[in-house]
Amino acid sequence: MAGTVIPFGPQHPVLPEPLHLNLKIEDEIVISATPAFGYVHRGLEKLADIRDFRQMIQVVERVCGICSMIHALTYCQGLEALMGVEPPPRARFLRVIWSELHRLHSHLLWLGLFADAMGFESLFMQLWKVRERIMDINEATAGNRVILSVNVIGGVRRDLDTGQTGWILSELAEVDKGIKAMGRTILHDYTVQKRTRGKGVLSGKQAMEFGCVGPMLRSCGVAQDMRLLGYAAYCELDFAPVVEQDGDCYARCRVRFAELGQSIDLIRQAIGKLPTGDISVPVKGRPEGEIVARAEQPRGECLYYIKANGGKFLDRLRIRTPTFANIPALTVMLPGIELADVPVVLLSIDPCISCTER
Amino acid sequence: MFMIPVVLKNLFSRCATRPYPQSPRQLFVGSRGQLVNDVEKCILCGTCARTCPSQCLTVRRKEGLWEYEPFACVFCGVCVEACPTGSLAQLSQWRPAVRERERVVLKVEVKSQESGVKSEK
Amino acid sequence: MTITADRIESGELCRAVAALKEQGCRFVTITCVRADSAGAEMLYHFDRELSLSHLRLTVSGDEVPSICGIYAAAFLVENEIQDHFGLCFSGLIPDYRRTLYLQGEDSPPPFRGPSGPAGGQ
Repeated sequence: MAGTVIPFGPQHPVLPEPLHLNLKIEDEIVISATPAFGYVHRGLEKLADIRDFRQMIQVVERVCGICSMIHALTYCQGLEALMGVEPPPRARFLRVIWSELHRLHSHLLWLGLFADAMGFESLFMQLWKVRERIMDINEATAGNRVILSVNVIGGVRRDLDTGQTGWILSELAEVDKGIKAMGRTILHDYTVQKRTRGKGVLSGKQAMEFGCVGPMLRSCGVAQDMRLLGYAAYCELDFAPVVEQDGDCYARCRVRFAELGQSIDLIRQAIGKLPTGDISVPVKGRPEGEIVARAEQPRGECLYYIKANGGKFLDRLRIRTPTFANIPALTVMLPGIELADVPVVLLSIDPCISCTER
Repeated sequence: MFMIPVVLKNLFSRCATRPYPQSPRQLFVGSRGQLVNDVEKCILCGTCARTCPSQCLTVRRKEGLWEYEPFACVFCGVCVEACPTGSLAQLSQWRPAVRERERVVLKVEVKSQESGVKSEK
Repeated sequence: MTITADRIESGELCRAVAALKEQGCRFVTITCVRADSAGAEMLYHFDRELSLSHLRLTVSGDEVPSICGIYAAAFLVENEIQDHFGLCFSGLIPDYRRTLYLQGEDSPPPFRGPSGPAGGQ
């Protein structure tokens, strides 16, 4: 059987979103993989032509259903830089808190889905049970569970009082306990190791060549994290990127698991240092010029290119989402592995197809 | 292997989920729920309709109507913050599921002394 | 505020990109923007140690040289630009022929408005 082509997706039990892969296989080994898209393309960038730049905040939040807050954050930071607005210190710390809550719930979601891809149902349920606490924090502090809608040009829309910050810390202690209880299973379980070690290996050089971002890059020994740019209040917090060397599915799992602890630590630091003062500054006028804004999403670097002409509508809004940068690497990760490992390797890049197609 | 204690504990403890439609969870204070308009306070200035990102609000000044498309609403709360008279509010409960698409149309009578409110461009 | 970018001609694009790869830059993405006059503008973004460098290329015709021979990852974004702007990248592998998101030749490129690139229908 030389060169059978197997269509993988768009509907597949392991895929939460529609991605299609044409897998050319010989016996059980994948020879080549070609991705195909177009199932959830919504043309959100084009909406910038008919929605004004303030309304676009709510539009860009809907690019992704998981890292919505950080999309809006990147967009707002871009416009703030363009309009010469400096958000107040308290707003910058609040942005960090919500960003890290998003990273926490995204990584927990991914770890759950990853466990599900390996057929580890009980781990999947347990991780999502832990995640539910984060969703509750989101709802209680921002009003919505996923699409927080807290960002505005010049600051944030909601404030946290001392009661809320205390409650967040006590909930986080529970989350921390829940994650630690799962740690041994995720990192040392025999089944997990068998399914992930040495699968979908990517070297650091390859990852750089294929433009990988986020945990994909950090799992290959490249310490690149956009939070090091020091946007929002990250410049005042203490953290170092989590780096692993192996570049396989297990290393990516380890990076994301370690980032859970890092996020909890960052939220604690941010709450500890939370300054008093205003949460937003009034913004007058309209943006003019062009700018590139970047931020670290749970899946990696996200890039916004904004071009404005001083009018109500933006000239061009271009969104490069992290999954868009990570998908090309699949074409080198998949060849050489067994067909049965494709779901695990595919999921290890944390694909977000709605992000990719926008 | 490491999961066995957790699984056993879960087996003999209470259900972690709720039978949703029968026993809904109480929303948190400040949750963005159902959008309501107080016709007594509304002055039909149209600020909400202009700021709404999903364009689910229509204000017809001449007819004195305030129209709301709940199924196009994204519950972002931008209109509530923009409302100059505080007539818009979000309840801390969600809209119940319905079988047919609804459209909320409210008749608003603007008092004459307030009708000359200046509208922001 | 504008982005400081090196202006290049389409003839020297591949050499400039190869030189950046030589320096160990990570390919970030390509942004295509409608230009005021007839034409489109391409911005190539590269990252090195968290700092971005850009190349700016003005396209007057329909044809752009592809850089996926140098950075293979560029195939996705180049196909996207083919879909959105109706441009044509020479040497693009794999070429989806405007079917990445849209329906191929049947659907007009959405970002190519009346003031779009030269050669518009």
